[in-house]
Amino acid sequence: MKSIHVIAPGLLTTVQDLGREGYGPMGVSRSGAADALSLRLGNQLVGNAEGTTALEMTLLGGTFAFPEGAVIALAGSDFGATLDGEAVPLYTTVRVREGQTLQLGSTRSGARCYLCVQGGIQVKPFLGSGSTHLLSGLGGFDGRPLRKGDVLQIRHAAGSVRARRLSPKVLKQLVPRKVLRTTPGPQSDWFSKSSIDAFCENIYRVGEKSDRMGIRLEGQAVISKREGDMISEGVSNGAVQIPPGGTPIILFVEQQTTGGYPKIANVISADFGSLGQLRPRDEIRFEQVGWNKARALLLEQEQLLSTKCLVVE
Amino acid sequence: MATPAAGSVKFQNASDQSLLISFGDSFSLRAHEKVRKLLRLLELEPVPGIRDLHPGYCSVLIRFDALQLRHDKLKSLLQKLLHHLKSVALPRPRLVEIPVCYGEEFGPDLPEVCALHDLTAEQAIQLHSSKTYLVYFLGFVPGFAYLGGLPKELVTPRLSAPRTKVPPGSVGIAGNQTGVYPFATPGGWRLIGHTPAVMFREGTSLLAIGDRVRFVPISRERFAELECA
Repeated sequence: MKSIHVIAPGLLTTVQDLGREGYGPMGVSRSGAADALSLRLGNQLVGNAEGTTALEMTLLGGTFAFPEGAVIALAGSDFGATLDGEAVPLYTTVRVREGQTLQLGSTRSGARCYLCVQGGIQVKPFLGSGSTHLLSGLGGFDGRPLRKGDVLQIRHAAGSVRARRLSPKVLKQLVPRKVLRTTPGPQSDWFSKSSIDAFCENIYRVGEKSDRMGIRLEGQAVISKREGDMISEGVSNGAVQIPPGGTPIILFVEQQTTGGYPKIANVISADFGSLGQLRPRDEIRFEQVGWNKARALLLEQEQLLSTKCLVVE
Repeated sequence: MATPAAGSVKFQNASDQSLLISFGDSFSLRAHEKVRKLLRLLELEPVPGIRDLHPGYCSVLIRFDALQLRHDKLKSLLQKLLHHLKSVALPRPRLVEIPVCYGEEFGPDLPEVCALHDLTAEQAIQLHSSKTYLVYFLGFVPGFAYLGGLPKELVTPRLSAPRTKVPPGSVGIAGNQTGVYPFATPGGWRLIGHTPAVMFREGTSLLAIGDRVRFVPISRERFAELECA
């Protein structure tokens, strides 16, 4: 069986897929890749099903040896990857020969880079998914980020993969956004019109304490016009909640399933991938769109992701 | 005339792929029962396109595949289903006993809770362990059960500054709720004890929505025995 040897793990590298669904009644949220778009594209390039397990690297990538070789693709942000010293392009099928070493560095663009391998990373599924849930230490590779010395098994994959790369035109349309589009949240009416206007005009900075559970924003506070607590209710991925201090938190892939803070808005599904590429200190803004527009944008994105967007080299 | 079940239901678009259905805006046993029945109904008659359910005290957030379903369509499907809500049979509630070692290093906030309510530690422990609680729902993190019905004498606001890390097994109170932290998470509930019971293991939660729970006081020695078991 082929394997990946972790020579250096990087800052925070975990095994992820598209997450688990249907366990909300037990308090288990979806988890999965922070930038699912990149994961899906990377998997397509190595001939995998879109939701196959891959490595998610954060801000600083790792160094990985491939004693038996492999077919890989890197997707997401540019971490300056080299294979035995030679630059490796993003969004391209790459054949790694036996004994070669892939080295990644600090990000040159967004927060996350995905290393997809033909066959996928072999882990024991937990509640139907191979994704790591860091907070509870469940799923993925022993429920934890990778460490130096870890050896990952690559699932056997039959057949050969055509070398392909992503069309630059498509890639251009999928560039992560800093203006995040939102629909109204279930407690939008807890905020005055002027608060909501301010919320859309303010520039927010991504806080250092942001993680896979939530993206904590810094900037001008938004104050609710209602006093008192609300009753805890289910919350959705991308919900923008306003805690008592007034600085928004965007609930993210490893989100809590329920919460008691009012939600002023919700980031649209088509912009979830962009959330996964936000780095601490990035500046962002919100822009409200209607329900139909949100849906149209998602459909458009799904169309782009259809296999036609991959061009044969 | 609208049936009471249909009359008190509110639908809200929570995101472009979720719908929030509420059975009132305060905790009540009636609303809780409807939440449970809706979960059961959707389990028995799954609606294609529904991906996940996040129950709360009196509501359920329904996450769906936006490529397959739209809010309006889901809403009309649910309205039809709601007519059958009354006839849904719920399984008999289980009674789960959770051993707790109260106070001292096991429950660092117990003295403050006692001081706020002018109670001795024994009285507070007696009050907390004398009630049978209802699991309103599981949420926040895997296996975290929101237990309602804390005795009035113990109703205490959250800590003004939440702890950044609460040890797993901590038994806390907040407002009129009580619960056990299954994992090391940040938390603002006041910690009065600790249980050796494991709340979430191998993908299974010790507690489920609708269960009844009693806390059983145990000694430090018994805690050590159970923790090693």
